[in-house]
Amino acid sequence: MNGTSSAMAARPPVHRGLADRLRDGLPRLVLAPSFALILVFVYGFIIWTLTLSFTTSRILPVYSFAGFDAYIRLWSQPNWHMALGNLAIFGILYMSACIAIGLLLAILLDQRIRGEGVLRPIFLYPMALSFVVTGTAWKWFLNPGLGLENTMRNLGWESFTFDWLVNKDMAIYTIVIAGVWQASGFVMAMFLAGLRGIDSEIIKAAQIDGASTVSIYRRIILPLLRPVFLSALIVLAHMAIKSYDLVIALTGGGPGNATELPSTFMYSYTFTRNQMAVGSASAVMMLMGIAAIIVPYLYSELREKDR
Amino acid sequence: MKKLAAGVALMALVAGSAHAAEEVEVLHWWTAGGEAAALNVLKDNLAGQGVGWKDMPVAGGSGVQAMTALRARVTAGDAPTAVQMLGFDIKDWSAMGVLGDLNELAQKENWDMVVPAALQEFSKHDGKWIAAPVNVHSTNWLWINKAAFDKAGGKAPETFDDLLKMLDAFKAQGIVPLAHGGQPWQDGTLWEAVVLSLGGMEFYQKAVIEADPAALGGDKMKEVFEAMSKLRAYFDPNFSGRDWNLSSAMVIEGKAGAQQMGDWAKGEFLRAGQKPGTDFVCIRFPGTQGSVLFNSDQFVMFDIGEGEERSAQLKMAAAVMDPAFQSSFNVVKGSVPARVDVADTAFDDCGKKGMQDLADASKTGNLAGSLAHGHAQPSAVKSAIFDVVTQHLNGQITTDEAVKRLPEAVAAAQ
Repeated sequence: MNGTSSAMAARPPVHRGLADRLRDGLPRLVLAPSFALILVFVYGFIIWTLTLSFTTSRILPVYSFAGFDAYIRLWSQPNWHMALGNLAIFGILYMSACIAIGLLLAILLDQRIRGEGVLRPIFLYPMALSFVVTGTAWKWFLNPGLGLENTMRNLGWESFTFDWLVNKDMAIYTIVIAGVWQASGFVMAMFLAGLRGIDSEIIKAAQIDGASTVSIYRRIILPLLRPVFLSALIVLAHMAIKSYDLVIALTGGGPGNATELPSTFMYSYTFTRNQMAVGSASAVMMLMGIAAIIVPYLYSELREKDR
Repeated sequence: MKKLAAGVALMALVAGSAHAAEEVEVLHWWTAGGEAAALNVLKDNLAGQGVGWKDMPVAGGSGVQAMTALRARVTAGDAPTAVQMLGFDIKDWSAMGVLGDLNELAQKENWDMVVPAALQEFSKHDGKWIAAPVNVHSTNWLWINKAAFDKAGGKAPETFDDLLKMLDAFKAQGIVPLAHGGQPWQDGTLWEAVVLSLGGMEFYQKAVIEADPAALGGDKMKEVFEAMSKLRAYFDPNFSGRDWNLSSAMVIEGKAGAQQMGDWAKGEFLRAGQKPGTDFVCIRFPGTQGSVLFNSDQFVMFDIGEGEERSAQLKMAAAVMDPAFQSSFNVVKGSVPARVDVADTAFDDCGKKGMQDLADASKTGNLAGSLAHGHAQPSAVKSAIFDVVTQHLNGQITTDEAVKRLPEAVAAAQ
């Protein structure tokens, strides 16, 4: 700034100064509205939720503080433990199945096969549907009286049984199935982009050295895909923690409350059970869960840039 | 949270723009066929007085979703004119100090004398009328397909064991014996009928209304949960998450023998062109004859200031309490009038029986609020009981665990 103004001292100062200032300020001016909105509607409401979790709010927000009372009540609820247990089952299976299937599809598609341009969008298409549509479609498909089981029985296979949707022990796995169906195509696209980004010279060199295809994948390609694994994991992990619409559309949290997740717990306690403080506390716990995943990731990203 | 806040902000912007001459905006969850038809009676009545109707329906049988929508509206400072509401929700909302005052109208029309005291408990706050009761429902009914009923012997079961015998007979006919929808509020509705059937009114009062820990965790309650397990064996495998009106449809179509449900189910039967006595049979849930578990839909009036809106609001309150309206509305809806001075001439046999039962139960002290429909406990406690009942019915916990957990869950929610 100082260098510019001294160099331009001979020119009429007002005109250049204005253009300069405009050029300097423009990015800030353009970003200001969205920044202000995010400040209020994301971070502001995070703080609001945090505040509410320390109050005695029940039907509407009130601001009489009660310390960690809501957190104590939260952790004493069998429903919350149920929700966490379900999240563990759902999260682990969902992430591992999506990555396994996505990687396999990507590797198969990467074999320079004919018609790739047609196949790729076919695999990616489920991602274009909303979770509500996915959930509803799978609800019909898995309903023993309407979908798969009924069809197989009508075709003559009388003993065919697939009643996971209405089975308290298996219902959570139907959510995994629908979730994996929805997201594995997206993971495939990520891996495919990663595979295409690998320098073919390295692979050719390995082939000349006589390495088998399996060991090329195991020793060279998969290690090179590490950043893609990480991104996939981050994206899938936060999708698992916040998944709400899929459960509501597919099982409504039932049978009983066998498919309760932290997100459905948060909604019901905040909005339908008049226990807003407990609901807010559960929302804060979810936020902390996501932060536990995102913060180390951001940290490693920033460190890499510094290097 | 974020979505709600954004919605609130948006509504605050939109609010205040559209206001016709005289109009009421009504938030309700009467979206099933019979219910929507009944509401049209009120719409037409108001249209006759030149008052417009802005509909704000929020689907969902138990009204939970409607209460969520309402919360957003009130937080935004833009309450609707009137909101359909049940029991303890009214108490919760009146404690927030956002409701209007109907005393002037109530005194002029003498509501104190014509509305049963059990209802006034909910329609008044601090001696001030805040709501206009539309109807009295009762939940301890059993709806039976007439053809199946005749084949099973044609004799109404009088005890819980008789009920099991009848369900066995339905099973032998190759139909679903008991049509049930596996949603927590429906599980709760069945549970409270069983509590009343096996324990009688005294036990119901102690366990459900007073939430006495000894009654909630005692031997009688164990019997109730065992009975629930027995009933569970008569459901079809697909009951999970089914809406109540779809279960009614199963009985109407003869695919199922019976359904335990509140008298709003009658609206579905009537709308399907069926007649009580010839196509379907209505009886009190076996073992609960002479007792009535009630819930009452009320239109709660919010404080919306003076002026034209207030005048439309009062017109609506008066229209709701009009005896002619109460009669014609409840004939369609399946419930009975909230006023005791309405003649039963227009009602069918089930309706006449309902009115008679209500009057009798009110005299003998066998009238109590329905838990599942928010007239026995605040919603936090109600939901805590639902948790245990629905987990037990779906086999997530055993009977012993249920009896142990029920008093704990209630205590934790209080």
